Amino acid sequence: MKGIPVSTTVNGDDVEFVCDGRETLLDVLRNHLGLIGAKEGCGTGDCGACSVMLDGQLVCSCLVLGAEAEGREIETVEGMADGEKLHPLQQRFLEHAALQCGICTPGFLIAAKALLDHNSSPSESEIRYALAGNLCRCTGYDKIVRAVRAAAGDVRRQQKARARRKAAAQN
Amino acid sequence: MQHDSKFTNQKFKLVGTRVMRPDGVDKVTGRARYGADTFAPGQLVGAILRSPHAHAKIRGIDTRRAEKLAGVKAVITSADLPDLTDGDAELYNVLENCMARGKALYDGHAVAAVAASDAETARKALKLIKVDYKVLPHVTDVDEAMKPAAPIVQPRVRSKYRPGKRTNVAGVTTYGHGDVDAGFAKADVIIEKSYKTEQVHQGYIEPHACLASVGPDGQGELWVTTQGQFAFRNRCAALLGMEMSQLKVTSSEIGGGFGGKTHVWAEPVALALSRKANRPVKLVMSREDVFRASGPASSTSIDVKLGATRGGRIVAAHAELRYGGGAFPGIWGEIGAMAAWACYDIENVRSVGYEVVVNRPKVAAYRAPSAPMAGFAVESTVTLMAEKLGIDPVEFRLKNAAREGTRASYGPTYGPIGIVPTLEAVKKHPHMRARLGKNQGRGMACGFWFNFGGQTCADLAIGEDGTVALSVGTVDVGGARASLSLIAAEELGIPYEQVRCNIADTASLGYNDMTDGSRGTFSSGMATIFAARDAIEQLRQRAAKTWGIAVKNVAWKDGKAIAKGKRKSLTLKELAEASSNTGGPISGHNQVVADGAGVSFASHICDVEVDPETGATKVVRYTVVQDAGKAVHPDYVEGQFQGGAAQGIGWALNEEYVYGEDGRLQNPGFLDYRIPVCSDLPFIDTQILEIPNPNHPYGIRGVGETSIVPPLAAIANAVSDAAGVRMTHVPMSPPRILAAIKSSREEQELTR
Ligand code: FES
Ligand code: FES
Repeated sequence: MKGIPVSTTVNGDDVEFVCDGRETLLDVLRNHLGLIGAKEGCGTGDCGACSVMLDGQLVCSCLVLGAEAEGREIETVEGMADGEKLHPLQQRFLEHAALQCGICTPGFLIAAKALLDHNSSPSESEIRYALAGNLCRCTGYDKIVRAVRAAAGDVRRQQKARARRKAAAQN
Repeated sequence: MQHDSKFTNQKFKLVGTRVMRPDGVDKVTGRARYGADTFAPGQLVGAILRSPHAHAKIRGIDTRRAEKLAGVKAVITSADLPDLTDGDAELYNVLENCMARGKALYDGHAVAAVAASDAETARKALKLIKVDYKVLPHVTDVDEAMKPAAPIVQPRVRSKYRPGKRTNVAGVTTYGHGDVDAGFAKADVIIEKSYKTEQVHQGYIEPHACLASVGPDGQGELWVTTQGQFAFRNRCAALLGMEMSQLKVTSSEIGGGFGGKTHVWAEPVALALSRKANRPVKLVMSREDVFRASGPASSTSIDVKLGATRGGRIVAAHAELRYGGGAFPGIWGEIGAMAAWACYDIENVRSVGYEVVVNRPKVAAYRAPSAPMAGFAVESTVTLMAEKLGIDPVEFRLKNAAREGTRASYGPTYGPIGIVPTLEAVKKHPHMRARLGKNQGRGMACGFWFNFGGQTCADLAIGEDGTVALSVGTVDVGGARASLSLIAAEELGIPYEQVRCNIADTASLGYNDMTDGSRGTFSSGMATIFAARDAIEQLRQRAAKTWGIAVKNVAWKDGKAIAKGKRKSLTLKELAEASSNTGGPISGHNQVVADGAGVSFASHICDVEVDPETGATKVVRYTVVQDAGKAVHPDYVEGQFQGGAAQGIGWALNEEYVYGEDGRLQNPGFLDYRIPVCSDLPFIDTQILEIPNPNHPYGIRGVGETSIVPPLAAIANAVSDAAGVRMTHVPMSPPRILAAIKSSREEQELTR
């Protein structure tokens, strides 16, 4: 087998790896880069446990080839927290007990982040449809939706604070 | 075993609060390690070859070409897993399920396995294995399998169903009391109805996964996603001829189990591969393999006969319950028969359970195993009876509900139980008075589960800084470490944050039964309390020694040793710091058979909207009321209620194993086996009742399973209210509902 050398960015870091042409991005993250946060629940794009962001786009990493990551930007759950500070979604998932077994959690966090990144005031049904590609068998989704709603509030507050700071700097 | 009985008015400081779970940060940052998340130096990749036939004789397996492929380090067949079961029929079933022995019994049955240097080589090697099959006639339907002319799945099955003859009915069990025939003779109204439920899967998002390592010295290690590291150790050691203590099993974080991870599937195969290759082997099942070859629940066929007086009293009840166990005999029909009438106080009651073997994967427990199907049949009929008598369904149930002192249909006499309180709560719930929209209907149903205690062991070690490491042997399936830390902190009188709960591996703690029967927090909670009391005993001794007084004069209160005449107390921290001078490390230990799990009851209310054009049903509102005994961490109790309800909703409306004529599973994936997604469900409201369990020092009952029992009937009752059709076949998928609507219209037209 001939390996394919790939240069990419993962959570802001430059990364290089060599992969088999048939390996998925999920395989590469987990088996070559030691990033086990993305999970394989199905391998066929049906469960969302492997969700990552590719150039700002939510994807199932089990449906992307590792070689396709060349020159792209990948974000995984491992990159969500800012140092010691958890992302509001991570914090709210904990506070709202939005995880039981937690295997689906990385995928939900990424999918929810993809939602809040472009819509920080989602309605309940917008949240439910945005997360409909992610399966959770433990929670019945109730606490997940509540956690995302609470995190959306945090994100809005952060955005306002940022806007205020910007306005103050301009004055 | 002595239990406190002064629990009822117990005031808790920590138990009942909603603290953050100790494993939370790891799980939201991607650090938590599940079954597939560990790697060993030099590890190989394991893969399993599975039968494409529902039933076939294996005339030969040629592995030579696979063995010669570069990178292949081991190929095994059943010959590499010799029969060491020594007459243990149940263990033999497990062995045969792990790897077919002469006959493939279902589509997906393992026939050979390889270990290779990488996944691609392993896949190639599987293709090079040639299996010579002689396809045999098969049977996948429960009712078909019971017919005299049905193909025989297991020649070794014998039972009183057809004495002396081969049969697919592996067992018949009867429960009940009174004179059922005399009871029916007294009834003013009798309803007879037959029901069917299709096979469903637990659907945990994490596939089975393990990392196995066995050396020629007979020592081994297994990292595995499991509900019971000790039970897995015992099973695997027995199957591989290893000594129990030589095999160390570590339970990874578990990505859902719901009963499906109480059973070994590929783990013995991984160990056998590792032994043969003398290298660590990682084996992860694909989703397709999970569906085809691991733990579904039974499909069933159930007849119910119910008799009542015009005044609304049930006078006789009878049920025949036929449960498919997959290709191996189980006790699923028996459990269904035990659970069927457990909610009610009935003078003349009987239930008969049948264990039926069929050419499908070996059935495993699924959350309150067997109870949801029995509950569907019974609770649908109970509502039908209420309607027929013109009595409100909740009132009708209240008139007949079991109470303290009622003799249960399955034998025991109940202590304090929660069914009447849950029904009273339903009656008062605002959900019952909310207005329904067009095409909407409301249903309710009750549910029961036994709960289980079992063998349990806990260690509690106090560090010199006064913090506590608690080791338990039940697996944390969704928040138990938080609950057990709360319990330890409560008992010791220290802050929650100063306790850390760890799940021990099999080398670090005594035997624990599996985390099943909703026993995790119940039984490990009990062992934790007693271990803490053991530690307190030592703390009091150390304080007595320090003060030079008799131990009996030292009391333990709020995390401190106190004594009459001593103005200063000694805190746990002070005692721990001084421990090296007062007798060494301080730790508490307990082992217990946690009897008295305390049965659990729930009542659910459900509103659905049925689209008369498509037959699609949407759950628009859902409420769970359940007795928890004592909710240690209410968030996670609610979570169990909600999760069980969601699984029940999926079971009721969508989920089903679809087998083709050829006996092959046609939908082994999440695309075609559709579990509820976020946009399918409403918020699921919960109400926790606390009727203390007198057999537990804190009054705790198991909470995990009961919530999956009522949804099937609650939804069927709601669909009947919304669409005017009585669904007797689960799942109530759009085509089935549409067909029912159509035939009821035709009937109406005929009678016009
Ligand atoms: S693993 Fe990628 S969607 Fe399930
Ligand atoms: S928390 Fe277990 S699958 Fe979502």
